Amino acid sequence: MSVAALPDLDALERELSAAIADAADEAGLEAVRIAALGKKGSVSELLKGLGAMSADERKTAGPAINGLRDRLNEALSARRADLKAAALAQRLETERVDVTLPVRETPAELGRVHPISQVIDELTAIFADMGFSVAEGPDIEDDFHNFTALNFPEGHPAREMHDTFYLPTKEDGSRLVLRTHTSPVQVRTMLAKKPPIRVICPGRTYRSDSDQTHTPMFHQVEGLVIDKGANLGHLKWILEEFCKAFFEVDNVKMRFRPSFFPFTEPSMEVDIQCDRSRPGEIRFGEGNDWLEILGCGMVHPNVLKNCGLDPDEYQGFAWGMGIDRIAMLKYGMPDLRAFFEADVRWLSHYGFRPLDFPTLAGGLSA
Amino acid sequence: MKFTLSWLREHLSGDYTLDDVTDALNRIGLEVEGVEDKAAKLKGFTIAYVVSAVQHPNADKLRLCMVDTGGAEPVQVVCGAPNARTGMKSVFSPPGTYIPGKDITLGIGSIRGVESRGMLCSAAELQLSEDHDGIIDLPQDAPVGAVYVDWIGLDDPVIEIAVTPNRADALGVHGIARDLAAVGLGRLVEDEIAPVPGAFPCPVSVTIADGAPCPAFALRLIRGVKNGPSPDWLQAKLRAIGLRPINALVDVTNLLTFDQNRPLHVFDAKKVHGNLKVRRAVSGESLLALDGKTYTLDPSICVIADDKAVESLAGVMGGEESGCDEATTDVLVESALWEPINIAQTGRKLGLNSDARFRFERGIDPAMMVPGLELATRLILDLCGGEPSEITLAGTVPDTTRSIDFPLSLTEKLTGLEASDAEQVDILARLGFTVTGTSGTVQVVPPSWRGDIEGKADLVEEVTRIAGLDRVPSLPFPRDADARKSVLTTLQLRTRKAKRALAARGLVEAVTWSFVPKLQAELFGGGAPELALANPIASDLSDMRPSLLPGLIRAAQANADRGYGEAALFEVGQIFKGDRPQDQFTHATGLRRATAKPSGAGRHWSGKAGAVDAFDAKADALAVLAACGAPVANLQISTDAPSWYHPGRSGTFRLGPNVIGHFGELHPSVLDALKVAGDGKSPLVGFEVVLERIPEPKAKATRVKPLLELVPFQPVERDFAFVVARSVASADLVKAAAGVDRKLITQVSVFDVYEGPGIEANAKSIALSVTLQPREKTLTDAEIEAVTAKIVAEVAKKTGATLRG
Repeated sequence: MSVAALPDLDALERELSAAIADAADEAGLEAVRIAALGKKGSVSELLKGLGAMSADERKTAGPAINGLRDRLNEALSARRADLKAAALAQRLETERVDVTLPVRETPAELGRVHPISQVIDELTAIFADMGFSVAEGPDIEDDFHNFTALNFPEGHPAREMHDTFYLPTKEDGSRLVLRTHTSPVQVRTMLAKKPPIRVICPGRTYRSDSDQTHTPMFHQVEGLVIDKGANLGHLKWILEEFCKAFFEVDNVKMRFRPSFFPFTEPSMEVDIQCDRSRPGEIRFGEGNDWLEILGCGMVHPNVLKNCGLDPDEYQGFAWGMGIDRIAMLKYGMPDLRAFFEADVRWLSHYGFRPLDFPTLAGGLSA
Repeated sequence: MKFTLSWLREHLSGDYTLDDVTDALNRIGLEVEGVEDKAAKLKGFTIAYVVSAVQHPNADKLRLCMVDTGGAEPVQVVCGAPNARTGMKSVFSPPGTYIPGKDITLGIGSIRGVESRGMLCSAAELQLSEDHDGIIDLPQDAPVGAVYVDWIGLDDPVIEIAVTPNRADALGVHGIARDLAAVGLGRLVEDEIAPVPGAFPCPVSVTIADGAPCPAFALRLIRGVKNGPSPDWLQAKLRAIGLRPINALVDVTNLLTFDQNRPLHVFDAKKVHGNLKVRRAVSGESLLALDGKTYTLDPSICVIADDKAVESLAGVMGGEESGCDEATTDVLVESALWEPINIAQTGRKLGLNSDARFRFERGIDPAMMVPGLELATRLILDLCGGEPSEITLAGTVPDTTRSIDFPLSLTEKLTGLEASDAEQVDILARLGFTVTGTSGTVQVVPPSWRGDIEGKADLVEEVTRIAGLDRVPSLPFPRDADARKSVLTTLQLRTRKAKRALAARGLVEAVTWSFVPKLQAELFGGGAPELALANPIASDLSDMRPSLLPGLIRAAQANADRGYGEAALFEVGQIFKGDRPQDQFTHATGLRRATAKPSGAGRHWSGKAGAVDAFDAKADALAVLAACGAPVANLQISTDAPSWYHPGRSGTFRLGPNVIGHFGELHPSVLDALKVAGDGKSPLVGFEVVLERIPEPKAKATRVKPLLELVPFQPVERDFAFVVARSVASADLVKAAAGVDRKLITQVSVFDVYEGPGIEANAKSIALSVTLQPREKTLTDAEIEAVTAKIVAEVAKKTGATLRG
């Protein structure tokens, strides 16, 4: 091949540059590259021709052809990058979705824990911190655990304070009851365990009573402390600490009034300071109103004896309150009956999210 | 127990206000339930003089009155009362007064064109009586301008207290006064009760039959009485506390019931035949009682009978036949003691409540039996005249005297309250206790009216309540320095974990009744006679529940009926297999209805939720089991769920021989019986897990977790498609494959199940993915081939499956 046979490199470059610019996609661009720089490409053929040239010819043609090749490579990569970017942009555009569409609700957001369970968890957190463990017992009780051991003599009017549900009379004349309070758990605890004792006993209780403020089934929590020196002053402190923690207030005034329960002596009812001046709302730790929240007292010597403890050696105190009631006071449900109606609207509204586990560190209701 | 302030003042002298009384009552344990002060809202009504009353210019029936109300100028009032006349004195209310009888607040009005600046009132408008025929007509000496209710002495609030069962002594005004005096509010008025001498022997004798629950009985005849309405003061007193005056003789007994806590009974002597006998009733006897009802009696009931018939239910209510009326001239007055338990049982059995029963069953002061009769005699003589006989006595008043050793230091030991020895002794003395000694351990004899005092703890209560509970200090009670272990039992921990786990899966916790209707108990494996309540509050709350499912199913249906059909509910609570403590179990039970799937319910742009199925229930159950620490990998699943589940779409979880729970679709016929729409559109699936049946976790010696072993070799996955009979459980294939090499094979999962074209009838294709995890070196192809062949052979051997061609 003679030098004169060298084609017009400028024209070739113009032609190839135009082809690169016109390539519509990466495949088209690749075709241009192969046509120019592939094994049999036009530029590759020119490069192959260099070997047959004289040294002089090569001196001129070499840099010209190599320069052309380098410029084409550069143009190809630049175009490739552009095409890639354009293709990505187009893909992204076609992949666009309407992110305002709603997603399915997280199950954990739909599920609820009943206020009674939540409040039991709150009580457990508070009293565990004061060294109490949790005791439980059966709902179906015998007369001994529900009444006799608790110093309710047969026929005594105090028994009539409890509207008792009975199971059928047995052949021996005895009949079981649905426990009317959680106090039988105290009896079982004292019979099973030597003092010192610190327990709370939450659970279901039953009385055959039904109206606006009473349901035949409700929940109580009782506390029991037995050792050799636990006295009313200690009870007062524990109840104050409990009310502060439960109602999440800095200070709470309480009023103790003498009362009567067969299983405690002395016996008291406790009122808590509150403000009821706003309709439908009760605020604790402030105000001039009083609200009865629990009954308590020193465990009656007869109860200690019935549970195998010497009242001259051991003493202690007990208290009891309605879980449903304190839940209503704290969270403002107006009607007790709704607790047991399983209306999903009520449960979703007053229930608690599963991850809202009450802790002292996080604030019980936080 | 109700009484008026003026009644209290008869027994408690001194300078005190209503507020002093109510505060003190609350402090000493006689809880004030309410105070009704009729006068308080009538303070705006004053006495006025009608200067002139003339015809209203524009109305025939109205009068125009100029009224002197004690102010500078007379006031013009239009009055419609027929009795309004010049010169009368009446009761006036100025504009702004609330008129209780009309429930309006008075304004300045214009009546038929004439201004009226107030109102002259009838007794009905003040709610003092029913009389609304005319305005109140007062005597001429009524002071103009004075507050009307004060002038007529209506200023007498009624106080109602709740008396606890131990404080029978506070069921009489005198006893209440004694308690108040002890706390320093006034002085107890103690009048000697002088015996009234009898003019002749009592002509009627009393005998107490053996075994009659009557320790003592006192009786006296008063002849020649003139019965009739009792005087105003007595009627007013009884009315104030809600009693209806009957006649003087009966009113006297009611007065002493509330004044002295001493119930009495009066018989019309002329209607009593022969002598009285206290005895147990004979079966079939009956009595028409004073409440107008006839009671049929049996030997558990004690009666007072004469020679002819039963005349009174002892200690509960008298008989109509021998009751006193206005014609009574000779009266037999009874004062007796009854055994409290018998009175309580009689009252309960007959469903009869009376003031007498209420007192006798709590225990009255035995020492007041005869003095009470003397008081009644004196009152009857005062009100009705007559001549008393001597008192005849049967039985003996029991001596209840007992002495209690009371270490005065016990008060502080039990309560933390610091009270000096002298103060404690003084308090007891003021309450009527006899105290011997002044320090250390003293001997205390309770008074006859305090039958409730049994021991030294009772004395601590007496001292504390009078000294004041506000003096009990608050004493810190820190926890023991013990290790901070869990305070919850395994079951309690599981209960709370199960609740949170289920709520996290979108289920809502319900708390349903522990009792269900009998039919439902029976449908769910219960209904045993020993678990049926003897006195259910309603017929659909009759039997202790054997399962939590019926309650949840009913709740789901109730929600669906309200338009909330996509219910996902759970409950963690007790069920009853028998009546012993060990027969009570804690179930975690869930229920899903319609399309309430864990991934979301109902229609959604991303895809409609399908109907809930047995696998949703299975997943819920497994979530509970995992949360409670059950060895989920070892659970066996069989298809023998109980009868309330769909037989082909349910399963039972077992660990060894123990049934841990069930899951599946509810049986259509059970849903039918519960009247729940269980059609294909809104199926119900549920599960039950018995928390007690999950094995107790092994006690761990250390909290340290075992060291993590990281193998450097990649796991290998191999897929198999088997064809097997339709009846074969996929779990059997998985088990067979996994059993080939338990060290090498770390996972076997089912990734496809297919029935239909290409697979013969009664067969199905199950595709398994098996993961091999080499531990020492990378597996060679030959080694993998060998395991693969073994898997195919083992699955074929155990299940009859063949590799799909």
